[in-house]
Amino acid sequence: MKKTLVAGLFGLAVSVSGVAFAEPVKVGMITTLSGGGAGLGIDVRDGFLLAIKQSGNKDIEVVVEDDAMKPELAVQIADKMIQSDKVDILTGIIWSNLAMAVVPNAVAQGKFYLSPNAGPSALAGAKCDENYFNVAWQNDNLHEGMGNYANTAGYKNSFILAPNYPAGTDALTGYKRFYKGELAGEIYTKLAQTDYAAEIAQIRASGADSVYIFLPGGMGIAFMKQYAQSGVGIPVLGPGFSFDQDVLGAIGDAAIGVKNTSQWSKDLDNPTNKTFVETFQAEYGRLPSLYASQGYDTASLILSAAAKASVKDADAFRAALKAADFKSVRGDFKFGNNHHPIQDIYVREVVKEGDVLTNKIIGVSLEDHQDAYASECKM
Amino acid sequence: MQTTLLIEQILNGVQFGVMLFLMAAGLTLIFGVMGVINLAHGSLYMLGAFACAAVATATGSFWLGLMASLAAAAAAGAIVELLVIRRLYDRDHLDQVLATFALILIFSEGTRWLFGSFPLYLNIPPVLSGAVDLPAGARYQLYRLAIILVGIAVAIGLYLLISKTRLGMRIRAGQSDREMIAALGVDIRTLYTVVFALGAALAGLAGAMVGALQSVQVGMGEPVLILAFVVIVIGGIGSIKGALVGAALVGLVDTLGRFLLPQFFALFLGPSQGTTVGAALASMLIYIVMALILAVRPRGLFAAST
Amino acid sequence: MKRMRAETPINFLLAGLLLLVPLAALALEEPFYITLATRMAILALAAVGLNLALGLGGLVSFGHAAFFGIGGYTAGILSTHASNAQPLMTWPIEIGGSDNMLVIWPVAVVLSGLVALVTGAISLRTSGVYFIMITLAFAQMIYYFATSWPAYGGEDGLSLGLRNAFPGINTALPLNFFLICYALLIAALYLFARIRDSRFGTALQAARQNQVRLAAVGISPFPIRLAAFVLSAMMTGLAGSLFADLNRFVSPSMLSWQMSGELIVLVILGGTGRLFGPVAGAMLFVLFEFILGGFTERWQLFLGLILLGVVLFARGGLLGLLAGKVRHG
Repeated sequence: MKKTLVAGLFGLAVSVSGVAFAEPVKVGMITTLSGGGAGLGIDVRDGFLLAIKQSGNKDIEVVVEDDAMKPELAVQIADKMIQSDKVDILTGIIWSNLAMAVVPNAVAQGKFYLSPNAGPSALAGAKCDENYFNVAWQNDNLHEGMGNYANTAGYKNSFILAPNYPAGTDALTGYKRFYKGELAGEIYTKLAQTDYAAEIAQIRASGADSVYIFLPGGMGIAFMKQYAQSGVGIPVLGPGFSFDQDVLGAIGDAAIGVKNTSQWSKDLDNPTNKTFVETFQAEYGRLPSLYASQGYDTASLILSAAAKASVKDADAFRAALKAADFKSVRGDFKFGNNHHPIQDIYVREVVKEGDVLTNKIIGVSLEDHQDAYASECKM
Repeated sequence: MQTTLLIEQILNGVQFGVMLFLMAAGLTLIFGVMGVINLAHGSLYMLGAFACAAVATATGSFWLGLMASLAAAAAAGAIVELLVIRRLYDRDHLDQVLATFALILIFSEGTRWLFGSFPLYLNIPPVLSGAVDLPAGARYQLYRLAIILVGIAVAIGLYLLISKTRLGMRIRAGQSDREMIAALGVDIRTLYTVVFALGAALAGLAGAMVGALQSVQVGMGEPVLILAFVVIVIGGIGSIKGALVGAALVGLVDTLGRFLLPQFFALFLGPSQGTTVGAALASMLIYIVMALILAVRPRGLFAAST
Repeated sequence: MKRMRAETPINFLLAGLLLLVPLAALALEEPFYITLATRMAILALAAVGLNLALGLGGLVSFGHAAFFGIGGYTAGILSTHASNAQPLMTWPIEIGGSDNMLVIWPVAVVLSGLVALVTGAISLRTSGVYFIMITLAFAQMIYYFATSWPAYGGEDGLSLGLRNAFPGINTALPLNFFLICYALLIAALYLFARIRDSRFGTALQAARQNQVRLAAVGISPFPIRLAAFVLSAMMTGLAGSLFADLNRFVSPSMLSWQMSGELIVLVILGGTGRLFGPVAGAMLFVLFEFILGGFTERWQLFLGLILLGVVLFARGGLLGLLAGKVRHG
């Protein structure tokens, strides 16, 4: 009954590998493959499996299951993967609330968890764990990058907006941590709200010189369309989530020119990234999103550690993960003391290449940036 | 507070209410005539949006997309009625809840199967982009104004349909006495299918119009569905007039609550604490209003048939 | 009034089956199936609660997730305060947290009951679809309150460090925790059967079938229904606190309307109003979710088709199918 995806998934016969790898590694991926948030999980999964496939490593076995965005279901699947499938490593969770439900219990049972998305502040600070590695970012990172960029760009009166839930308050806190100007307004909207006419009216009346939004998924699409239609011309700033490949098509031309921050971009100039973007497009027939890049990096990290140490030797494997000795699509990549990345945060601009909306890097906002919670982590 | 901002917010509330009315009218009609609770009404809304987006992208015409959304939702409604709902008329509400809950799952995953996991693109037609000037220096977006007008037109159309036509006479008869109408020799099966398709088409229309403003994605129907139920319960189930009043009330209360409550609480608790408390209360507000109304009037404002 | 029912042997079979799963799992060294069985038992307990209101009383509550969530948050909040040693409140009296299930359960039960008393008193003024929707409205209020209340994690939910303790039993062992849940489920089923066959239960079922006749013999249905609603909420609240301990996590999704819908599904799937209906429903639902989820990422589509098939072609749910359509009362 299990959906076991062996490395040779894409039609390649599973043959005995000629290369001697230390030990087979079993990876359990819990991610969102159904419902409204499925796009993100599918990108993480596809990026992850692409890296495994390219490596030709037959000793990595991946089990994928859908959490349907329900924390209780994610917990159940995690239990099953740990107790029944006997996985060595868990990964895949998209949403912070699901990660908070699964990660503390998984690492307490001695499993490794590698986050390809979602970096809640608790897990970066006081509740950090030696077996928890975040390969994406700490939740605040991209917001901090944009706060810093707002200063550079000369904005002095920002209107800031996010949904009323922990990641939303974290986002605005992150922005304010670096942004030095005044606030023209601060609004917390209802989670999953789809009509922003009331908020846009307030933005119009506020006299702001910039608008910072953190509205992931459908919320961002709805906001951007309505904002463009409303004719309020105040420039919009946002984290990369709201302006990446998965949603740009749905926002349409309204997104052109929006500045956003990301730790990755499809035009980052390094050989790994070039290969990644080309092969992803060839394999799946679409451009990769930042989620796909995070899935790809997560798999690359596992492959690099598996080549160095046996996963059964937890200390050695942990040290191998910590070394982060892999070629990241982001270029330089290293872990801080709390096992969260220290990385560059780029500023991108949404552009149109032919018929396709995509991002192009216009600068670096923060170099070798580490999250604000690292000092709270006693590791 | 500026008057222009308040005017704009009130219009926003009305526009939101109109959208809810399109959903609620279909729901309340289906309940009034057939006594069926249709949880899958939100899926028909989603279907309308997807059909509109797909056809608009393929043909480049929003208007063709709008036609497609009506056709697709009406067809889906008719099929659902024939295959599933028809068997549930003499069951209790419980079975209807379960069956239509199952339909939500089927529609959601079916749509994702058909259209993929990523949100679709749908924008407003160029003719309706831009804003218009209103008295007192206010400006309002043309497309939203158009939605309000469509909603009013639908309300008038439904009124005429129900009070002036043969079909409407049958619907009224069906609402007051189901056995009677069968005894009169009306083909009740066809009537039910037609009413169901009509309700579905209204939901599809709402989905298509709102899809141009929002994100066309799987799961978009459920939040609206819950609100539409709030509307018909406040208005009195089975009453189109009640749905209209309830929709306007919910639209205005929700929009103005979101706008005013955080500012109100900020006066006492300071901006940060105040906005949090205000936003929290705003999200609960319409449910509070609904509970209050039902506590006073257990059958809603305009209970139709007894 | 004792009746030998056709379903009695099936009930024993179901109870035995549910007990057998974890024992077999232990023998086969597949500890995950204990977790799965525990989940079945807890959801069954929650559904037994709902069955009291819905099956016996005909009160279609579309808001029982509220009580499930209140129970869950009770466990979560009390144990959080126990682990960080900060008092829950200091005024007017100081109350600390607790990680003892024997403290958590009564608190969860009483809180759920109190909320049900208030919301029920308002909701029961309405009937039919209005009742369905007003119970939903109350649940939504609590849901939105939980999502936007930052103190206990808001949308992110609340992690319990360790499973709460039961004096003399190591609850961290899956089998022990299962047995606790199973014992509570059996106790709840016993209570349900007693209530059903009591004068109170008879009046409650009479109120469902014919309100006028009940009024004619001088019984007002309102207090009976309210009592049933409160009892029903208490059981579901207890199940909620166990569910939090099973997952070692609570979040607003326990309060969502989808959760309310799932609880209704469990009851109907097994057989509305039947003693073991919720048990059969929970076992079947968890099994479907588990098997289909491992089988295809489109599992929700197939789950929908199965549920639809049950409503259309298997009236009376699984027990209706197995034990015939005779309905009690």
